[in-house]
Amino acid sequence: MAGVIAVLEQRDGTLKRVSYEALTAARALADALGGEAHALVIGPAGIDAGDVGTYGADKVFVAADDALTLYQADQYAQIAAAQVGSDDYAAAIVPATALGKDLAPRIAAKLDCPFASDVTSVRHDGGVVVTRPVYAGKADYTLKVTATPCVVSLRPNAVMPVEAKRDATDEQAAAAESDRTAAKTLEIKQPDRAAQDVAEASVVVAGGRGLRDAESFKLIEDLAEAVGGAVGASRAVVDAGWRSHSEQVGQTGKVVSPNLYFAIGISGAIQHLAGIRTAKTIVAVNKDPDAPIFKVADYGIVGDLFEVVPRLTQEIKQAKEG
Amino acid sequence: MKIAVCVKRVPDSEARIKVGADGKAIDEAGVKFVLNPYDEYAVEEALKLKEAGGSGEVVIVCVGPEAAQETIRTALAMGADTGVLLKADKVGLDPLPVAKALAGELKDGGYDLVLLGKMAIDDSSHAVGPMVAELLGMQCVSAAAHLEMGEGGGKAEREIEGGVEVVEFGLPAVITADKGLNEPRYPALRGIMMAKKKPLEVKDAALESGGIEVVNLAPPAERKAGRIVGEGADAVPALIEALRNEAKVL
Repeated sequence: MAGVIAVLEQRDGTLKRVSYEALTAARALADALGGEAHALVIGPAGIDAGDVGTYGADKVFVAADDALTLYQADQYAQIAAAQVGSDDYAAAIVPATALGKDLAPRIAAKLDCPFASDVTSVRHDGGVVVTRPVYAGKADYTLKVTATPCVVSLRPNAVMPVEAKRDATDEQAAAAESDRTAAKTLEIKQPDRAAQDVAEASVVVAGGRGLRDAESFKLIEDLAEAVGGAVGASRAVVDAGWRSHSEQVGQTGKVVSPNLYFAIGISGAIQHLAGIRTAKTIVAVNKDPDAPIFKVADYGIVGDLFEVVPRLTQEIKQAKEG
Repeated sequence: MKIAVCVKRVPDSEARIKVGADGKAIDEAGVKFVLNPYDEYAVEEALKLKEAGGSGEVVIVCVGPEAAQETIRTALAMGADTGVLLKADKVGLDPLPVAKALAGELKDGGYDLVLLGKMAIDDSSHAVGPMVAELLGMQCVSAAAHLEMGEGGGKAEREIEGGVEVVEFGLPAVITADKGLNEPRYPALRGIMMAKKKPLEVKDAALESGGIEVVNLAPPAERKAGRIVGEGADAVPALIEALRNEAKVL
């Protein structure tokens, strides 16, 4: 019976939240197909894949080696392709993170199979069917996969992890050829270990040109800290050099699906609105009542952000302490 | 150094996207098409490397319709030497057939480096670069925001969640470009005039059909209209109340 395999992602030996999202999607699809959900964990020696069964894996394949602590694309792709190709899987689900966006297409190329990138849902309807936002969210494709296996990468925050207890058994994963000449990841430089990524965070506080200068982004950083969120930026402020491209939200930046999105001093260009369409709740603060951002925002405050944002930060802090 | 840059013709990021009558593709009427913005970084990097080396060749390769000749001419106007259009009137949603067509064209070209944008801004697959690398057996770094070339290889930096990955690679290699890699030049008038005379070969891409079928393309569900909770800082308590008790997100 065709099953589904989730390719999980770890950092420093700990599975990331996106791994449980991929596993939850794999469990649901496997149930629809009447098959098993498996998981593949690639990481350092002694990696703990203990709670994978809690999220619905029937079987966990582990490739644990200290040489696999960092993402080594060639070896990861060899292991994953061998594992996905070893059984009668209908689909392999990979988180659409920086790692997954590189790994997933390699698996599809090695297995000569179809690939759907950055999907927001995976289901069974006479075959594997996915929803795939395109043009950065200006339209949605519904796509049907016509060959198996297929590889899909799943957008972070699109599926909420759900517990589904199974007695997962651990097995040894396929191995990579170790003597191949390949590109080598040397290190991860971490400019700010505490900074959350805008694409993965469940709360995003984004600032735009309304902030007037780079220094005023302190207001955004303070609010982000108060709500435990990541800092985002509009294209205008990234192009102006105030913020790094890693924080840019929109068509030429990141498409985000947080629970809560604050758009501060962002008027709402079409390419920005497309990038936040799947956010659950959008809050806008802007002095122009006709700004397009208010057409998509669930809650808006019309006013001077330099007065509104500090008050918002202060009251959220107080509310949390109280 | 012989460098290939693979480019794509895409709707401008400011374009309004309308679904066509068949409900399976966009209505292209009135849509302005441009060279994919991420591919501009790839073209610029290729030109910089050629200039730094003092010699070399930059070849633009594109899978797309007849009209993509214009896209290739844009890259030629920036300074690339020659172009190849692998003509395909319809390009499907599965990136693998495109990667195979590109790999087939590049395979015997003797390229030291193959550059692409990290993704095209229309279908955002982020897939063709790594796929081409796998198909050609080349080393690959995707989404490079910084590139340093040395003897027989180089070092690239790619942004990942909460950090930057440093990757060392040997040639030949496939590198995909992220924003931040460089500042792409605008084609000068002289470049535009010269581009018209540069060789551009057109051949049939002979794309495989791929394993993905379009069920439909639909505009996104409209967000429900929200409300203005108030004006100025005095509206903050009402906003917090709504976020806590209505939206339940605080």
